[in-house]
Amino acid sequence: MDVQVIFFGSITDITMVDSVLLNNCTDLDSMVNDLIERYPSLANKKYFIAVNQKMVHENIKLKMGDTVALMPPFSGG
Amino acid sequence: MDLNNRYIRQIILPGFGIAAQEKLGKAKVLIVGMGGLGCPVLQYLVGVGVGTIGIMDADKISKSNLHRQLLFDEKEVGRLKVEAAANKAKAQNSLVDIVEYPFELSKTNAAEIIKGYDLVIDATDNFSAKYLINDICVWLQKPVVFGAVSGYEGQVAVFNFSSGVNPPIHYRHLFPVQPAANEFTTCEETGVIGVLPGIIGTMQAAEAIKLIADLGQPLNNRLLTYNLLAARWYEIEMNSSVEVPLIDEQFINSTNYQNACDFTEADIEEMDIDEIDVFHFLDLKYDPNIFILDVRELHEYPTIDFSHAQIPMSVLKESIHQLPEKPIYVICHQGIRSVYAAQLIKLHKKVEAYSLKGGLTAYFNRVSNE
Repeated sequence: MDVQVIFFGSITDITMVDSVLLNNCTDLDSMVNDLIERYPSLANKKYFIAVNQKMVHENIKLKMGDTVALMPPFSGG
Repeated sequence: MDLNNRYIRQIILPGFGIAAQEKLGKAKVLIVGMGGLGCPVLQYLVGVGVGTIGIMDADKISKSNLHRQLLFDEKEVGRLKVEAAANKAKAQNSLVDIVEYPFELSKTNAAEIIKGYDLVIDATDNFSAKYLINDICVWLQKPVVFGAVSGYEGQVAVFNFSSGVNPPIHYRHLFPVQPAANEFTTCEETGVIGVLPGIIGTMQAAEAIKLIADLGQPLNNRLLTYNLLAARWYEIEMNSSVEVPLIDEQFINSTNYQNACDFTEADIEEMDIDEIDVFHFLDLKYDPNIFILDVRELHEYPTIDFSHAQIPMSVLKESIHQLPEKPIYVICHQGIRSVYAAQLIKLHKKVEAYSLKGGLTAYFNRVSNE
C-alpha cells in the first residue's frame, strides 16, 4: 500500500529528499514510527501533518495513493 | 470620475471601485518587522493608498540586509530601518500617514499599540515575535497576515479572521507550542535569497489589501507554502480542531516569549571570529589539542580525512552540546558558513572557535600547488 510522504522546510535537512514512498503503513501513527526509524532526528522536530492537503491532528487510516505532508514552522523573514 | 486620480488604475477594476478605495484610505495597518518581508509589504500598501501604516523594527540597516531589503540603499547603512523606510514611503505617497516605532514589540507595549490598528502584518523573523503577535491579536481579535521563510521555501496565511461561524484559525492551531530557540535556525544562519521574502511579502500585501477592501476569498483557512526551487505552491486546508489554551491577558502575562538563547541578527553579526589562513591551518592540522569540524551538508564533495566530525550547518544548533571542550576549527566549502558556525559555537558552547579562511576551496588550491 503506497503512500507518498512529502517534506517541507527544515524537515528536508534531515531527510535529504523532498519525498518518499512508503508501503505497509496502515495508519498515520505507524507511518510516523516508520519515518522515525528511518530518520531518528525527526523524533525531536516540530511539524504538523496534512493528509491529502488537509490538516490532521488524530491518527487516521491511510489508503493507497494518499499524500501525507510534514510541515514544520518557518521563522525567517 | 477624476482621471488624474493616482488610484485610477485600481479603481476602474471590476469589483474595486471608489468603495474599495475609501476602505483602504480609512484603514490602519501595523507592519511588525521592516526586513525582507516588511519592505515589499510597506511599498505595496503605500502604493495602494492605505490611510495609516505603522512600521515597527528596532534594527539598523546593515550591509548584509541590502540583498533582500530593497527599500534601503548603501548610503543608509547604519540608519534605523523604520526611519529610512518612513522617508521612502512618504516620498512614494504623501497621502499616507506613516507611524514609526523604532523598537521591538514586547509584552508591555504590544496591546497598547495593536489596539490602534485594524490589521497586523507579521513580517518578523523569529518565533518570539510571531507567538507574541499571534496571542495579542487573538486576545484583541485583530486579523494577522502571516509570512515566514525557511531556506528556499516560504509560508503565507491569514490568521484570526473569521468569515463564518467557526472560531477563527490562528498560529497555535498549527503549532501549539513555541519552539525552543535551538530547534530551528534563522536566515542569518542558513542563508536566504532576497527574492523569496520579496514574493512572500508581496503575497502578504495582496492578502492585506483583500481583507481591507473586502475583495475575493481571504486566505484564512489555507496555508500556502511556496518552494522557489521547484516553482510550486502547496496548499493545505487548516482547521481549528486541535486543542489550544484559552488566550487572554492572563495567558499572555504568564507566557515567556523571549527565549534566553534567541540571538538576534545583530548579536551574531557583532561577534568577531578569527579567520585562520590555510598556511597556518596546515601547521595546526594534526595538533591533538584542537577539534576540526566540517559543517558542510552530507551531500557535499569532496570528502576529507582530516576533520574530527561532520555536523551539517542545518543541524548544528541542536548538536552543539556534542562538541568537545577544545578550540574548534570550523571548515566549509568557501569559508562563509564556517564563520556563522564559529559564531554559533562561540555563543552557545563558549569555547574558542575559528573559521578556515576561504574554506576547502582555498585549502585544496594551496595543497595542489605544493
